[in-house]
Amino acid sequence: MSDRLLIGTRKGLFFLERSGRWNGSGWHITRVEFLGDPVSMVVHDPRDGAIYAALHHGHFGDKLHRSDDGGKNWTEVGVPVYPDMPEGVQPEAHPMSGKIIPWKLEMIWELQPAGTEETGALWAGTLPGGLFRSNDRGASWTMMRDLWFREERKQWFGGGYDAAGIHSVIVDPRDSKRVTVGVSCGGAWRTEDGGETWNICAKGMFAAYMPPEQAYEQNAQDPHIIVPCKNSPDAMWTQHHNGIFRTTDGCKEWTHVDHVPVADFGFACAVHPDNPDMAWFIPGVKDEKRYPMDGKLLVNRTRDGGASFDELREGLPQEHAYDIAYRHALAIDDTGDNLIFGTTTGSVFATKDQGDSWACVSNHLPPVYCVRFA
Amino acid sequence: MAHVTFTQNIQRHVQCPPCNAEGATVREVLDTVFATNEKARGYVLDERGAVRQHMNVFVDGRPVRDRASLSDSVTATSSVCVMQALSGG
Repeated sequence: MSDRLLIGTRKGLFFLERSGRWNGSGWHITRVEFLGDPVSMVVHDPRDGAIYAALHHGHFGDKLHRSDDGGKNWTEVGVPVYPDMPEGVQPEAHPMSGKIIPWKLEMIWELQPAGTEETGALWAGTLPGGLFRSNDRGASWTMMRDLWFREERKQWFGGGYDAAGIHSVIVDPRDSKRVTVGVSCGGAWRTEDGGETWNICAKGMFAAYMPPEQAYEQNAQDPHIIVPCKNSPDAMWTQHHNGIFRTTDGCKEWTHVDHVPVADFGFACAVHPDNPDMAWFIPGVKDEKRYPMDGKLLVNRTRDGGASFDELREGLPQEHAYDIAYRHALAIDDTGDNLIFGTTTGSVFATKDQGDSWACVSNHLPPVYCVRFA
Repeated sequence: MAHVTFTQNIQRHVQCPPCNAEGATVREVLDTVFATNEKARGYVLDERGAVRQHMNVFVDGRPVRDRASLSDSVTATSSVCVMQALSGG
């Protein structure tokens, strides 16, 4: 059971601890860092205890900070740098809008520790569509050039942002050279050799926003987030733009989950660390409206691989609630019992019983971008 | 030498005191400044060397025209102000 939580928001990084004395949720805020600055991603590295916070400054660009003492002190480290454009190459235009996508860092969207045995190594997913690795605790970064220079990458396109971005990086605990990434919009890609070469692995996903003959084009898919079962890593779930999909064979095939109650649109997803059939989603009205159906916030939970769902509402606002949970804003701890999510309205809700009941942690934080146990 | 000043807003991230710097263009002047304050470069310019979208650079009170190459001329008596744009917050 993890008793510390990191919440990255539009206006700073919040540390929460659990003591059982606040609002019935047990969680209370113990520290605020970078107050006023957007924190696009935060991660705790269990291998050496470091915390990394990606700041998305409106004026000064993206910066990455590391703390080695639990958040008391921070050191600014390096950020991913895009490669120089080869002679004669022009920056790509967005395949739909025609807008030019420069080769430069727009945002750090995902941070993940690399393999357990690779202490100090990190992965970063970025906008536009970049994947980078650091072997020195963030001091310097190397782009995965095979992925960036692929012809298919030029066809990626943004959904919520102008440019496509890599939002999910999943390191296989059995083999840290096997890494899967999720791209909005560019499907899912996997390397078996630590990033040297990549293959697309989004077969079975479909895109209703494409012409019918291209609906199953793997490179056009928009998995909003891809989440593995921690201890059964061939099983993954995705909350896709057009529904929920799962794979049980290590991304060889994705299967659409039918009959999701209320709505199958959303962003966030959590998967039980031991039970690959158990996953949580926070639905919203699709797809340009994006608010909880009828203003009633709920969490959908399946315990049987998507055959059926529980609509979890106890403790969640059921009147005039317009919360949307962003893709990184739902977290589950290693017990599989505790989940927390934050929303666009600055609300945070926690459960100790796998979602059967929820307690409000706060209704007054800035819009929440990411939630991670630490 | 041109006189270079930076917005107060940048100071909480990286110290950028007023200074005098050689150079005939905005690029040359800023390169002179950043040569001894490398961290500041990434706060003002992006990795392609262009002025960040929500930063502004003024020369003698006028916003620079060439935000990508920074080729606007600077004289020995110019004032160069690196400012935070109104947008971007």
